[in-house]
Amino acid sequence: MNDAIVRLQQVTFRYGERTVLDQCDLDLHPGERLGLCGANGSGKTTLLGLIVGLHRPKQGQVIVLGKERHTEADFREVRGPVGMLFQDSDDQLFSPTVAEDVAFGPFNLGKSRSEVEAIVGRTLAGLGMEAYADRVTYKLSGGEKRLVAIATVLAMEPEVLLLDEPTAGLDEEATERLAEILLGLPQAMLLVSHDREFLRRISTRTVRLEAGRLALVE
Amino acid sequence: MHRVNVESGPFLDRFDPRSRILAALAFSLLVAVANRPAAVLAALAVATGCAALSGLPISTIARRMTPVNVFMLLLVALMPLASGGREIGSLGPLRYGEEGLRLALTIAVKGNAIVLMLVALLGSLDVTNVGHALSHLHVPDKLTHLLLFTIRYLDVLRREYARLHGAMKLRGFRPRANMHTYRTYAHLIGMLLVRSLDRSERVVAAMKCRGFRGHFYLLDHFHFSRRDIPFALVSVVAMTALACLEWL
Repeated sequence: MNDAIVRLQQVTFRYGERTVLDQCDLDLHPGERLGLCGANGSGKTTLLGLIVGLHRPKQGQVIVLGKERHTEADFREVRGPVGMLFQDSDDQLFSPTVAEDVAFGPFNLGKSRSEVEAIVGRTLAGLGMEAYADRVTYKLSGGEKRLVAIATVLAMEPEVLLLDEPTAGLDEEATERLAEILLGLPQAMLLVSHDREFLRRISTRTVRLEAGRLALVE
Repeated sequence: MHRVNVESGPFLDRFDPRSRILAALAFSLLVAVANRPAAVLAALAVATGCAALSGLPISTIARRMTPVNVFMLLLVALMPLASGGREIGSLGPLRYGEEGLRLALTIAVKGNAIVLMLVALLGSLDVTNVGHALSHLHVPDKLTHLLLFTIRYLDVLRREYARLHGAMKLRGFRPRANMHTYRTYAHLIGMLLVRSLDRSERVVAAMKCRGFRGHFYLLDHFHFSRRDIPFALVSVVAMTALACLEWL
Protein backbone atom coordinates (compact mmCIF):
# COMPACT_ATOMS: atom_id res chain seq x y z
CA MET A 1 0.00 0.00 0.00
CA ASN A 2 1.74 3.12 -1.18
CA ASP A 3 -1.16 5.51 -1.06
CA ALA A 4 -0.66 6.47 2.60
CA ILE A 5 -0.86 10.24 3.21
CA VAL A 6 1.15 9.90 6.39
CA ARG A 7 3.64 7.14 6.96
CA LEU A 8 6.10 6.58 9.77
CA GLN A 9 8.75 3.98 9.00
CA GLN A 10 10.85 2.47 11.76
CA VAL A 11 10.72 5.76 13.66
CA THR A 12 12.64 6.01 16.91
CA PHE A 13 12.42 9.00 19.19
CA ARG A 14 14.00 9.69 22.56
CA TYR A 15 13.64 12.36 25.20
CA GLY A 16 17.10 12.22 26.72
CA GLU A 17 17.50 8.66 27.97
CA ARG A 18 13.84 7.75 27.68
CA THR A 19 12.81 6.02 24.46
CA VAL A 20 9.33 7.21 23.56
CA LEU A 21 8.99 5.59 20.16
CA ASP A 22 10.92 2.47 19.30
CA GLN A 23 11.04 1.59 15.60
CA CYS A 24 7.47 2.57 15.18
CA ASP A 25 5.47 2.02 11.96
CA LEU A 26 2.26 3.80 11.10
CA ASP A 27 0.18 4.34 7.96
CA LEU A 28 -2.69 6.73 7.52
CA HIS A 29 -4.72 6.40 4.33
CA PRO A 30 -7.11 8.89 2.70
CA GLY A 31 -10.58 8.75 4.17
CA GLU A 32 -9.39 6.82 7.19
CA ARG A 33 -10.07 7.88 10.79
CA LEU A 34 -7.33 6.22 12.77
CA GLY A 35 -7.71 6.16 16.54
CA LEU A 36 -4.62 6.25 18.72
CA CYS A 37 -4.82 5.35 22.39
CA GLY A 38 -2.26 4.63 25.07
CA ALA A 39 -1.33 5.45 28.65
CA ASN A 40 -0.43 8.94 29.83
CA GLY A 41 3.06 9.82 28.73
CA SER A 42 3.23 6.95 26.26
CA GLY A 43 4.19 9.37 23.47
CA LYS A 44 0.94 9.96 21.61
CA THR A 45 1.38 13.73 21.42
CA THR A 46 5.03 13.26 20.50
CA LEU A 47 3.98 11.04 17.60
CA LEU A 48 1.70 13.79 16.27
CA GLY A 49 4.53 16.30 16.71
CA LEU A 50 6.83 14.10 14.61
CA ILE A 51 4.39 14.16 11.71
CA VAL A 52 4.33 17.97 11.52
CA GLY A 53 8.02 18.38 12.33
CA LEU A 54 7.78 19.79 15.85
CA HIS A 55 10.16 16.96 16.75
CA ARG A 56 12.67 15.13 14.57
CA PRO A 57 13.13 11.36 14.81
CA LYS A 58 16.37 9.84 16.02
CA GLN A 59 16.04 7.17 13.34
CA GLY A 60 13.55 6.24 10.66
CA GLN A 61 11.56 8.12 8.06
CA VAL A 62 8.62 10.47 8.24
CA ILE A 63 6.81 10.42 4.92
CA VAL A 64 4.02 12.92 4.46
CA LEU A 65 2.10 13.44 1.21
CA GLY A 66 4.39 11.05 -0.60
CA LYS A 67 7.68 12.75 0.31
CA GLU A 68 10.27 12.03 2.93
CA ARG A 69 10.53 14.99 5.30
CA HIS A 70 13.73 15.99 7.00
CA THR A 71 14.31 19.74 7.19
CA GLU A 72 12.24 22.60 8.58
CA ALA A 73 11.55 23.68 4.99
CA ASP A 74 10.16 20.19 4.22
CA PHE A 75 7.82 20.42 7.15
CA ARG A 76 6.64 23.93 6.31
CA GLU A 77 5.05 22.44 3.20
CA VAL A 78 3.35 19.89 5.42
CA ARG A 79 1.80 22.31 7.86
CA GLY A 80 -0.88 23.59 5.53
CA PRO A 81 -2.22 20.24 4.29
CA VAL A 82 -1.81 18.62 7.70
CA GLY A 83 -3.82 20.43 10.36
CA MET A 84 -3.16 19.82 14.01
CA LEU A 85 -5.57 20.41 16.87
CA PHE A 86 -3.81 20.93 20.18
CA GLN A 87 -4.95 19.40 23.43
CA ASP A 88 -5.31 22.75 25.18
CA SER A 89 -7.21 25.19 22.99
CA ASP A 90 -5.68 28.08 24.92
CA ASP A 91 -2.37 27.13 23.31
CA GLN A 92 -3.89 27.35 19.89
CA LEU A 93 -6.09 30.43 20.11
CA PHE A 94 -3.95 33.48 20.61
CA SER A 95 -5.68 36.19 18.61
CA PRO A 96 -7.99 38.65 20.32
CA THR A 97 -11.07 37.72 18.32
CA VAL A 98 -12.38 34.50 16.80
CA ALA A 99 -12.38 35.87 13.24
CA GLU A 100 -8.76 36.95 13.52
CA ASP A 101 -7.71 33.59 14.85
CA VAL A 102 -9.45 31.75 12.03
CA ALA A 103 -7.83 34.19 9.56
CA PHE A 104 -4.31 33.58 10.90
CA GLY A 105 -3.67 30.30 9.02
CA PRO A 106 -5.06 31.37 5.62
CA PHE A 107 -3.05 34.62 5.80
CA ASN A 108 0.08 32.58 6.43
CA LEU A 109 -0.74 30.51 3.36
CA GLY A 110 -0.60 33.75 1.36
CA LYS A 111 -4.30 34.27 0.69
CA SER A 112 -5.56 37.75 -0.08
CA ARG A 113 -7.68 39.72 2.38
CA SER A 114 -10.92 39.10 0.45
CA GLU A 115 -10.19 35.38 0.12
CA VAL A 116 -9.44 35.20 3.83
CA GLU A 117 -12.68 36.94 4.75
CA ALA A 118 -14.59 34.49 2.56
CA ILE A 119 -12.79 31.52 4.15
CA VAL A 120 -13.46 32.81 7.67
CA GLY A 121 -17.16 33.25 6.91
CA ARG A 122 -17.43 29.86 5.22
CA THR A 123 -15.53 27.96 7.89
CA LEU A 124 -17.47 29.43 10.79
CA ALA A 125 -20.76 28.88 8.96
CA GLY A 126 -19.80 25.25 8.31
CA LEU A 127 -19.55 24.73 12.05
CA GLY A 128 -22.66 26.76 12.81
CA MET A 129 -20.57 29.43 14.51
CA GLU A 130 -21.20 32.54 12.39
CA ALA A 131 -22.32 34.44 15.47
CA TYR A 132 -18.91 33.96 17.10
CA ALA A 133 -16.83 35.91 14.58
CA ASP A 134 -16.35 38.98 16.76
CA ARG A 135 -16.28 37.24 20.12
CA VAL A 136 -13.17 37.57 22.23
CA THR A 137 -11.41 34.19 22.27
CA TYR A 138 -10.39 34.08 25.91
CA LYS A 139 -13.92 34.70 27.07
CA LEU A 140 -15.33 31.58 25.35
CA SER A 141 -16.25 28.41 27.23
CA GLY A 142 -14.10 25.28 26.91
CA GLY A 143 -16.43 23.70 24.35
CA GLU A 144 -16.64 26.87 22.29
CA LYS A 145 -12.87 27.24 22.34
CA ARG A 146 -12.45 23.69 21.03
CA LEU A 147 -14.84 24.36 18.15
CA VAL A 148 -13.08 27.62 17.30
CA ALA A 149 -9.74 25.79 17.41
CA ILE A 150 -11.15 23.27 14.93
CA ALA A 151 -12.30 26.16 12.75
CA THR A 152 -8.79 27.63 12.78
CA VAL A 153 -7.44 24.30 11.52
CA LEU A 154 -10.18 23.73 8.94
CA ALA A 155 -9.68 27.24 7.57
CA MET A 156 -6.37 26.03 6.14
CA GLU A 157 -8.31 23.46 4.09
CA PRO A 158 -6.19 20.53 5.22
CA GLU A 159 -6.16 17.00 3.77
CA VAL A 160 -5.27 15.41 7.08
CA LEU A 161 -6.29 16.25 10.63
CA LEU A 162 -4.24 15.38 13.68
CA LEU A 163 -6.43 15.68 16.75
CA ASP A 164 -4.84 15.56 20.20
CA GLU A 165 -7.43 14.64 22.82
CA PRO A 166 -10.24 16.58 21.16
CA THR A 167 -12.75 15.58 23.86
CA ALA A 168 -10.56 16.54 26.84
CA GLY A 169 -12.50 18.78 29.18
CA LEU A 170 -15.71 18.71 27.16
CA ASP A 171 -19.12 17.88 28.61
CA GLU A 172 -21.44 15.32 27.05
CA GLU A 173 -23.24 17.78 24.86
CA ALA A 174 -20.06 19.36 23.49
CA THR A 175 -18.57 15.89 22.93
CA GLU A 176 -21.66 14.88 20.99
CA ARG A 177 -21.46 17.99 18.82
CA LEU A 178 -17.77 17.37 18.21
CA ALA A 179 -18.46 13.76 17.21
CA GLU A 180 -21.05 14.86 14.67
CA ILE A 181 -18.69 17.44 13.23
CA LEU A 182 -15.81 14.97 12.92
CA LEU A 183 -18.01 12.30 11.32
CA GLY A 184 -19.14 14.86 8.75
CA LEU A 185 -15.61 15.82 7.68
CA PRO A 186 -14.04 14.20 4.60
CA GLN A 187 -10.44 14.45 5.83
CA ALA A 188 -8.29 11.56 6.97
CA MET A 189 -7.76 11.82 10.72
CA LEU A 190 -5.37 10.65 13.34
CA LEU A 191 -7.28 10.85 16.57
CA VAL A 192 -5.58 10.66 19.96
CA SER A 193 -8.03 9.95 22.74
CA HIS A 194 -8.54 8.21 26.07
CA ASP A 195 -12.26 8.08 25.50
CA ARG A 196 -12.87 4.50 24.31
CA GLU A 197 -16.52 5.14 23.54
CA PHE A 198 -15.61 8.17 21.45
CA LEU A 199 -12.89 6.29 19.57
CA ARG A 200 -15.19 3.34 18.89
CA ARG A 201 -17.72 5.71 17.41
CA ILE A 202 -15.42 7.85 15.30
CA SER A 203 -12.47 5.79 14.22
CA THR A 204 -12.37 3.22 11.45
CA ARG A 205 -9.36 1.52 13.06
CA THR A 206 -7.66 1.94 16.42
CA VAL A 207 -4.07 1.35 17.42
CA ARG A 208 -2.53 1.40 20.88
CA LEU A 209 0.85 2.87 21.70
CA GLU A 210 2.63 0.83 24.31
CA ALA A 211 6.32 0.70 25.20
CA GLY A 212 7.16 2.66 22.08
CA ARG A 213 5.39 0.30 19.68
CA LEU A 214 2.03 0.44 17.96
CA ALA A 215 -0.38 -2.47 18.06
CA LEU A 216 -3.80 -2.85 16.48
CA VAL A 217 -6.63 -2.90 19.04
CA GLU A 218 -9.12 -5.82 18.74
CA MET B 1 -14.18 43.37 12.05
CA HIS B 2 -14.03 45.31 15.24
CA ARG B 3 -17.07 46.98 16.60
CA VAL B 4 -16.66 50.60 17.34
CA ASN B 5 -20.11 51.99 17.96
CA VAL B 6 -20.47 54.11 14.90
CA GLU B 7 -24.10 55.09 14.89
CA SER B 8 -25.21 54.82 18.45
CA GLY B 9 -23.14 54.84 21.59
CA PRO B 10 -21.33 57.65 23.36
CA PHE B 11 -20.31 60.66 21.31
CA LEU B 12 -16.54 60.17 21.48
CA ASP B 13 -16.87 56.49 20.62
CA ARG B 14 -17.90 57.34 17.11
CA PHE B 15 -14.46 58.45 16.03
CA ASP B 16 -11.61 56.44 14.62
CA PRO B 17 -9.44 55.01 17.43
CA ARG B 18 -6.33 56.22 15.62
CA SER B 19 -7.37 59.86 15.67
CA ARG B 20 -8.26 59.48 19.34
CA ILE B 21 -4.87 58.04 20.19
CA LEU B 22 -3.07 60.77 18.26
CA ALA B 23 -5.19 63.51 19.84
CA ALA B 24 -4.60 62.11 23.33
CA LEU B 25 -0.86 61.89 22.68
CA ALA B 26 -0.63 65.45 21.34
CA PHE B 27 -2.70 66.79 24.23
CA SER B 28 -0.52 64.99 26.80
CA LEU B 29 2.70 66.36 25.30
CA LEU B 30 1.32 69.87 25.13
CA VAL B 31 0.05 69.86 28.71
CA ALA B 32 3.25 68.26 29.96
CA VAL B 33 5.34 71.20 28.75
CA ALA B 34 2.79 73.92 29.62
CA ASN B 35 3.43 76.05 32.70
CA ARG B 36 1.24 79.14 32.76
CA PRO B 37 -1.77 78.86 35.07
CA ALA B 38 -4.17 79.97 32.33
CA ALA B 39 -3.03 77.28 29.90
CA VAL B 40 -2.99 74.56 32.51
CA LEU B 41 -6.45 75.42 33.85
CA ALA B 42 -7.86 75.65 30.32
CA ALA B 43 -6.43 72.20 29.61
CA LEU B 44 -8.19 70.82 32.67
CA ALA B 45 -11.44 72.42 31.49
CA VAL B 46 -11.08 70.89 28.02
CA ALA B 47 -10.33 67.46 29.52
CA THR B 48 -13.36 67.74 31.81
CA GLY B 49 -15.53 68.59 28.81
CA CYS B 50 -14.24 65.57 26.92
CA ALA B 51 -14.84 63.33 29.91
CA ALA B 52 -18.44 64.53 29.97
CA LEU B 53 -18.77 63.64 26.27
CA SER B 54 -17.15 60.21 26.71
CA GLY B 55 -20.33 58.69 28.09
CA LEU B 56 -18.36 56.89 30.80
CA PRO B 57 -20.18 56.72 34.15
CA ILE B 58 -18.88 59.18 36.73
CA SER B 59 -18.06 56.32 39.10
CA THR B 60 -15.75 54.76 36.49
CA ILE B 61 -14.00 58.06 35.87
CA ALA B 62 -13.65 58.68 39.60
CA ARG B 63 -12.17 55.21 40.10
CA ARG B 64 -9.59 55.79 37.40
CA MET B 65 -8.67 59.22 38.75
CA THR B 66 -8.16 58.08 42.35
CA PRO B 67 -4.61 56.68 42.11
CA VAL B 68 -3.36 59.82 40.36
CA ASN B 69 -4.82 62.07 43.01
CA VAL B 70 -3.50 60.08 45.93
CA PHE B 71 -0.07 60.66 44.44
CA MET B 72 -0.83 64.35 43.81
CA LEU B 73 -1.98 64.81 47.40
CA LEU B 74 1.37 63.51 48.55
CA LEU B 75 3.09 65.90 46.18
CA VAL B 76 1.14 68.94 47.39
CA ALA B 77 1.85 67.98 50.99
CA LEU B 78 5.56 67.37 50.61
CA MET B 79 6.88 69.48 47.75
CA PRO B 80 6.54 72.93 49.41
CA LEU B 81 8.82 71.68 52.18
CA ALA B 82 11.72 71.17 49.86
CA SER B 83 11.66 74.37 47.84
CA GLY B 84 12.28 78.03 48.55
CA GLY B 85 10.12 81.09 47.99
CA ARG B 86 8.15 83.16 50.47
CA GLU B 87 7.37 81.29 53.65
CA ILE B 88 3.64 80.80 54.12
CA GLY B 89 3.77 78.68 57.22
CA SER B 90 5.98 76.44 59.29
CA LEU B 91 5.66 73.22 61.17
CA GLY B 92 8.38 73.03 63.80
CA PRO B 93 11.63 73.18 61.89
CA LEU B 94 9.89 72.67 58.52
CA ARG B 95 9.26 75.70 56.33
CA TYR B 96 6.35 75.69 53.93
CA GLY B 97 7.33 77.65 50.79
CA GLU B 98 4.99 79.44 48.39
CA GLU B 99 7.02 78.61 45.30
CA GLY B 100 6.81 74.89 46.05
CA LEU B 101 3.09 75.00 46.65
CA ARG B 102 2.52 76.77 43.33
CA LEU B 103 4.62 74.16 41.53
CA ALA B 104 2.91 71.24 43.22
CA LEU B 105 -0.54 72.60 42.39
CA THR B 106 0.46 73.14 38.76
CA ILE B 107 1.66 69.57 38.54
CA ALA B 108 -1.54 68.31 40.15
CA VAL B 109 -3.72 70.17 37.66
CA LYS B 110 -1.57 69.06 34.71
CA GLY B 111 -1.60 65.45 35.85
CA ASN B 112 -5.35 65.47 36.27
CA ALA B 113 -5.88 67.08 32.87
CA ILE B 114 -3.74 64.48 31.09
CA VAL B 115 -5.17 61.44 32.84
CA LEU B 116 -8.72 62.72 32.47
CA MET B 117 -8.16 63.23 28.74
CA LEU B 118 -6.69 59.73 28.37
CA VAL B 119 -9.65 58.25 30.21
CA ALA B 120 -12.09 60.24 28.07
CA LEU B 121 -10.53 59.44 24.71
CA LEU B 122 -9.15 55.94 25.28
CA GLY B 123 -11.08 54.65 28.29
CA SER B 124 -13.94 53.31 26.22
CA LEU B 125 -11.68 51.54 23.69
CA ASP B 126 -11.04 47.92 24.40
CA VAL B 127 -7.41 46.98 24.48
CA THR B 128 -7.70 44.96 21.31
CA ASN B 129 -8.68 48.06 19.40
CA VAL B 130 -5.84 50.01 20.95
CA GLY B 131 -3.45 47.28 19.81
CA HIS B 132 -4.77 47.37 16.28
CA ALA B 133 -4.82 51.13 16.12
CA LEU B 134 -1.19 51.23 17.29
CA SER B 135 -0.28 48.72 14.63
CA HIS B 136 -1.98 50.83 11.97
CA LEU B 137 -0.10 53.85 13.27
CA HIS B 138 3.13 51.96 12.51
CA VAL B 139 4.17 51.39 16.09
CA PRO B 140 6.80 48.59 15.83
CA ASP B 141 5.19 45.15 15.43
CA LYS B 142 7.09 43.69 18.34
CA LEU B 143 5.54 46.17 20.74
CA THR B 144 1.97 45.73 19.50
CA HIS B 145 2.32 41.95 19.54
CA LEU B 146 3.70 42.11 23.04
CA LEU B 147 0.63 44.10 24.03
CA LEU B 148 -1.83 41.79 22.29
CA PHE B 149 -0.22 38.58 23.57
CA THR B 150 -0.13 40.02 27.07
CA ILE B 151 -3.84 40.74 26.95
CA ARG B 152 -4.60 37.34 25.52
CA TYR B 153 -2.66 35.34 28.07
CA LEU B 154 -3.13 37.51 31.14
CA ASP B 155 -6.40 35.82 31.89
CA VAL B 156 -4.98 32.33 31.28
CA LEU B 157 -2.18 33.13 33.73
CA ARG B 158 -4.60 34.57 36.25
CA ARG B 159 -6.68 31.40 36.11
CA GLU B 160 -3.56 29.27 36.47
CA TYR B 161 -2.56 31.33 39.49
CA ALA B 162 -6.04 31.01 40.98
CA ARG B 163 -5.98 27.22 40.48
CA LEU B 164 -2.58 26.82 42.14
CA HIS B 165 -3.45 29.22 44.94
CA GLY B 166 -6.80 27.50 45.50
CA ALA B 167 -5.09 24.12 45.66
CA MET B 168 -2.64 25.51 48.21
CA LYS B 169 -5.46 26.79 50.38
CA LEU B 170 -7.25 23.44 50.17
CA ARG B 171 -4.18 21.86 51.68
CA GLY B 172 -4.39 24.19 54.63
CA PHE B 173 -2.05 26.97 53.52
CA ARG B 174 -2.56 30.26 55.30
CA PRO B 175 -0.18 33.12 54.54
CA ARG B 176 1.74 34.34 57.60
CA ALA B 177 4.86 36.37 58.06
CA ASN B 178 7.24 33.45 58.14
CA MET B 179 9.77 31.60 56.02
CA HIS B 180 7.31 28.89 55.07
CA THR B 181 4.97 31.49 53.53
CA TYR B 182 7.74 33.22 51.60
CA ARG B 183 9.08 29.94 50.32
CA THR B 184 5.62 28.80 49.30
CA TYR B 185 4.96 32.00 47.39
CA ALA B 186 8.36 31.73 45.73
CA HIS B 187 7.43 28.22 44.60
CA LEU B 188 4.09 29.47 43.35
CA ILE B 189 5.67 32.25 41.29
CA GLY B 190 8.41 29.93 40.07
CA MET B 191 5.83 27.39 38.99
CA LEU B 192 3.85 30.07 37.16
CA LEU B 193 6.99 31.13 35.30
CA VAL B 194 7.86 27.57 34.33
CA ARG B 195 4.33 26.93 33.15
CA SER B 196 4.25 30.17 31.17
CA LEU B 197 7.48 29.18 29.46
CA ASP B 198 6.03 25.76 28.62
CA ARG B 199 2.87 27.35 27.38
CA SER B 200 4.71 29.86 25.23
CA GLU B 201 6.52 26.95 23.61
CA ARG B 202 3.24 25.19 22.90
CA VAL B 203 1.76 28.41 21.52
CA VAL B 204 4.69 28.82 19.16
CA ALA B 205 4.37 25.17 18.11
CA ALA B 206 0.66 25.69 17.41
CA MET B 207 1.45 28.82 15.42
CA LYS B 208 4.07 27.00 13.39
CA CYS B 209 1.53 24.27 12.65
CA ARG B 210 -0.63 26.92 11.09
CA GLY B 211 2.14 28.14 8.84
CA PHE B 212 3.48 31.03 10.92
CA ARG B 213 6.73 32.43 9.53
CA GLY B 214 7.26 35.49 11.63
CA HIS B 215 4.76 37.85 10.11
CA PHE B 216 1.34 38.84 11.38
CA TYR B 217 -1.49 39.97 9.21
CA LEU B 218 -4.29 42.17 10.44
CA LEU B 219 -7.83 41.41 9.48
CA ASP B 220 -9.22 44.72 10.64
CA HIS B 221 -8.89 47.95 8.87
CA PHE B 222 -10.02 51.14 10.43
CA HIS B 223 -11.55 53.68 8.21
CA PHE B 224 -10.90 57.33 8.59
CA SER B 225 -14.39 58.48 7.78
CA ARG B 226 -15.93 61.84 7.11
CA ARG B 227 -17.03 62.16 10.71
CA ASP B 228 -13.38 62.08 11.78
CA ILE B 229 -12.57 65.31 9.96
CA PRO B 230 -14.47 67.59 12.37
CA PHE B 231 -12.92 65.67 15.27
CA ALA B 232 -9.44 66.26 13.88
CA LEU B 233 -10.24 69.95 13.23
CA VAL B 234 -11.65 70.52 16.71
CA SER B 235 -8.61 68.80 18.21
CA VAL B 236 -6.21 70.98 16.24
CA VAL B 237 -8.08 74.18 17.12
CA ALA B 238 -8.29 73.28 20.82
CA MET B 239 -4.61 72.49 21.00
CA THR B 240 -3.62 75.60 19.10
CA ALA B 241 -5.66 77.63 21.58
CA LEU B 242 -3.88 75.95 24.49
CA ALA B 243 -0.53 76.62 22.85
CA CYS B 244 -1.46 80.31 22.43
CA LEU B 245 -2.40 80.58 26.10
CA GLU B 246 0.98 79.16 27.00
CA TRP B 247 3.31 80.97 24.64
CA LEU B 248 1.69 84.21 23.53
